[in-house]
Amino acid sequence: MSVLRRLPAVAGGLLLLGLSIGTAQAADEITGAGATFPYPVYAKWAEAYKAETGVSLNYQSIGSGGGIKQIKAHTVDFGASDMPLEAADLKAAGLVQWPMVMGGVVPVVNIPGIAAGALEIDGPTLAAIYMGKITRWNDPALVALNPGVELPDQAIAVVHRSDGSGTTFLFTTYLSSVSADWKKDIGASTAVEWPTGLGGKGNEGVASFTGQTPGSIGYVEYAYALQNKLAWLKMKNHDGAVVAPESKTFQSAAANADWAHAEGYHLVLTDQPGRDSWPITGASFILMHSQADQPARAAAALKFFAWSYAHGGEAAEKLDYVPMPQAVVQMVEKTWADSIKGKDGKPVY
Amino acid sequence: MSVEEAGPMPDIISPGIISPDIVSAHPVARPLRLSALPAGLRWDGPFRRLTGVAALMVVAALAAMLVVLVIGALPVADRMGAGFLVTQAWNPVTDVYGAVAPVAGTLITAAIAMLLAVPAALGIAIFLNELCPHRLRAPLAVAVELLAAIPSIIYGMWGLFVLAPVLASTVYPALIDTLGPLPLLGALFQGPPFGIGVLTAGLILGVMVLPFITSVARQVLAEVPPVLREAAYGVGATTWEVSRRVLIPHARRGLIGGVMLGLGRALGETMAVTFVIGNAHRIHASLLQPGTTISATLANEFTEASGDIYVSALTALGLILFVVTFVVLLGARALLNRTGSAGR
Amino acid sequence: MRGGAIPVSPARLRRRRMVNLVMTGLCTAAALAALLVLALILWELVIRGAGALSLDVFTRATPPPGSRGGLLNAILGSLSMTAAAIAVATPVGVLTGTWLAEYGRDSRAAGLVRLFADTLLSAPSIIVGLTVYVLLVVPLGHFSGWAGAAALALIAVPVIVRTTEDMLALVPDQLREAAVALGMPRWRMIVGVTWRAAAGGILTGVLLAIARIAGETAPLLFTALNNQFYAWDLTGPTPSLPVVIFQFAMSPYRDWQDLAWAGALLIAAGVLLLSVTARLISARGRK
Repeated sequence: MSVLRRLPAVAGGLLLLGLSIGTAQAADEITGAGATFPYPVYAKWAEAYKAETGVSLNYQSIGSGGGIKQIKAHTVDFGASDMPLEAADLKAAGLVQWPMVMGGVVPVVNIPGIAAGALEIDGPTLAAIYMGKITRWNDPALVALNPGVELPDQAIAVVHRSDGSGTTFLFTTYLSSVSADWKKDIGASTAVEWPTGLGGKGNEGVASFTGQTPGSIGYVEYAYALQNKLAWLKMKNHDGAVVAPESKTFQSAAANADWAHAEGYHLVLTDQPGRDSWPITGASFILMHSQADQPARAAAALKFFAWSYAHGGEAAEKLDYVPMPQAVVQMVEKTWADSIKGKDGKPVY
Repeated sequence: MSVEEAGPMPDIISPGIISPDIVSAHPVARPLRLSALPAGLRWDGPFRRLTGVAALMVVAALAAMLVVLVIGALPVADRMGAGFLVTQAWNPVTDVYGAVAPVAGTLITAAIAMLLAVPAALGIAIFLNELCPHRLRAPLAVAVELLAAIPSIIYGMWGLFVLAPVLASTVYPALIDTLGPLPLLGALFQGPPFGIGVLTAGLILGVMVLPFITSVARQVLAEVPPVLREAAYGVGATTWEVSRRVLIPHARRGLIGGVMLGLGRALGETMAVTFVIGNAHRIHASLLQPGTTISATLANEFTEASGDIYVSALTALGLILFVVTFVVLLGARALLNRTGSAGR
Repeated sequence: MRGGAIPVSPARLRRRRMVNLVMTGLCTAAALAALLVLALILWELVIRGAGALSLDVFTRATPPPGSRGGLLNAILGSLSMTAAAIAVATPVGVLTGTWLAEYGRDSRAAGLVRLFADTLLSAPSIIVGLTVYVLLVVPLGHFSGWAGAAALALIAVPVIVRTTEDMLALVPDQLREAAVALGMPRWRMIVGVTWRAAAGGILTGVLLAIARIAGETAPLLFTALNNQFYAWDLTGPTPSLPVVIFQFAMSPYRDWQDLAWAGALLIAAGVLLLSVTARLISARGRK
């Protein structure tokens, strides 16, 4: 009986609920969503930016695919992806993209007695391991790359990501560019059909499997290798030089990349030229509509990005990210002025 | 807005689907003026309609989901055709997708979970209701329900960081040594003991559905009229005989409901499984090797998938899960109805 | 008892006692095993979560890595979305369960509704999220807490339907007949007699539903999204504990991982508290 008496109230409540869903969102809050990889640094920038300007920028990690879908569906002010869209796709969807921040993917191993940076590897050998063609640590190819290092006669346990991921996209793009076999048989994507190995969920999962399994090799984002104190490998790069993963070598890959000729900034920073370039470097991209739905919100978002380029470098490096080189920033800011416009055709930035 | 103003309500009880219809003998079943009804009776129709509308909302929710899934699944159906249902490959690079591996993994893990959880839940319910000291009943019941309160990502991380290493170092090697050499059955327990895989996922799922089945079982067993229980004890039946011959048959319908609740959760559980199943789109004979389930595939790949066909393939998997669930539920219901010894 | 008189030959009696001993022993073992697993998981949760619990957790919003912060915004968001979801799901679920148990019963229509409700139970939460995303988020053009609540309600409803129907079905028909014989209209019989008789069981169902949705991440990701700042109403992206736990637990930073464990501990503790309170209330109501 009591429930029946309350029925009108319940109905009224439902009606109210329906009305409030329909009301517009507050205007002083910018929403973005997408790639998981840059989430911590965007959150850091957003906090500092809010303290300075009072504008809230809410970025959420829902995955690169999610970011692309959301900006196309107009549910967010900007999207983010670790995987750049092709220029033709951008044009078709009316989007503009640019690189915002960088990081690297690092191969890590768990071999008793081998410390971080003690081993080096090159692309074709890494591809052979992940294809299941090199199965033991004392394989001649590995011994030849590491004269003087005692490699155990132990089986290699291959660990890869089980979930779709920008990290896997960078890793497989790199392997495709250095190994014809890999390119032909497996290819590059956020998730591929792995010929061998065990899948871990997220960077955390791969780090934990690698940490638990002696004789294993995995690949994780730079920050996870550092924070989990995993034994990373040095790599032979495009120019044949052996480099360690660090801010300088990531920057070098970006600086040597040919951004000016990459239409719509469609450029994957793997296997870039330059003696100091880390071979598996990647940028995370921002996506916005070239014709802004709400110019005021678009302008607010762009102001945040400009502020981040100018003031966010130190915070990014503290979190093991790499800021974009100044030359690229200038190019990007010109792109904003040229191609992001309101309905009246006036640039919003 | 009161229900009286909502227009004339001529027939109070529509004939047909009520059985046993307690009220139909009442003289108000034919068109009568509302004001002529005894006080309170005019609410009968609206109340009944209200419950019916709620039931329709549930049907509508499922229909909405199906429509969204069917539309989403069209592109991959266009590309793969019926091949989607019989292909084992899952290759986002070449856009070749098949549902065989995740469907098999879903069925196998759910079966393991139910084999583990149903007897355990019944046992726990009997223990709580019949064996356990009165004072401990409520706290223990709450403790079991607490298992349902732990977020599934925590189950996943616990499975990965705590359970899997133990299984890999002790339990699975023992299984491989003892059961591995057996004919037929042995094939289920072979290969290197990774600690993660189909069996681990089934175990975690079993623990996760346990509180759901237990809560319902405990509740329905407790609702059996005391007179039945006391009569049985009175003629000298043991605790087990009372449970087996009186309580369980009497509460059968409710118990089946509890099992359905658990089965539904086991088929659809997402986050915990993705951590411990190893996520390989392959079918292994061995339960100790990595596999995948439909919901684990969705959780792993949906957020990062960007190609249209890729997203569509994942959506189609979701649709298949509905069909699989539907069939499994029908089958489980038929099975349980047949094996039960007495009806309500 | 079916089967007539119980035989009393000493050998059979001994055998029956043995069977009883073994089976009750197994029941007890099952209970102990469940408690052991619970203890192991709780141990992990408390060890990792309690260390990160501080006043900050309840007074500050989610921080970026390396800054001081807590989970207050996520706690508030989770509370309001769960409350909204349960407020909608409880009437819908209880009424549907009532229709199945009191009106539909063994009819074909009821069989279908039952099957649909059970199928909904196993809908992967990400599909529920996707549906709400298509129906609510895309048409409105932005993520919102209301959309998140709608997705949670969709997950809660079938749990409540299932338990309500089961519990109502256990109410003896004699009670119903007695009520009707006394001249009670049917709806009053249901509300005043059967609902009251099954109240404890229905409450269990609602609690299970809350427990089920309290830790759900996937349906919120594409509906409520999340928010690193306070969201005082549910009209915009709304933070929630499960999504924060998911994002922080999978991060490389220690302070974020600690907050994730603290959040998981809070969810478990919250559901426990709710469950105990509800039990106390229903126990008092019966006296």
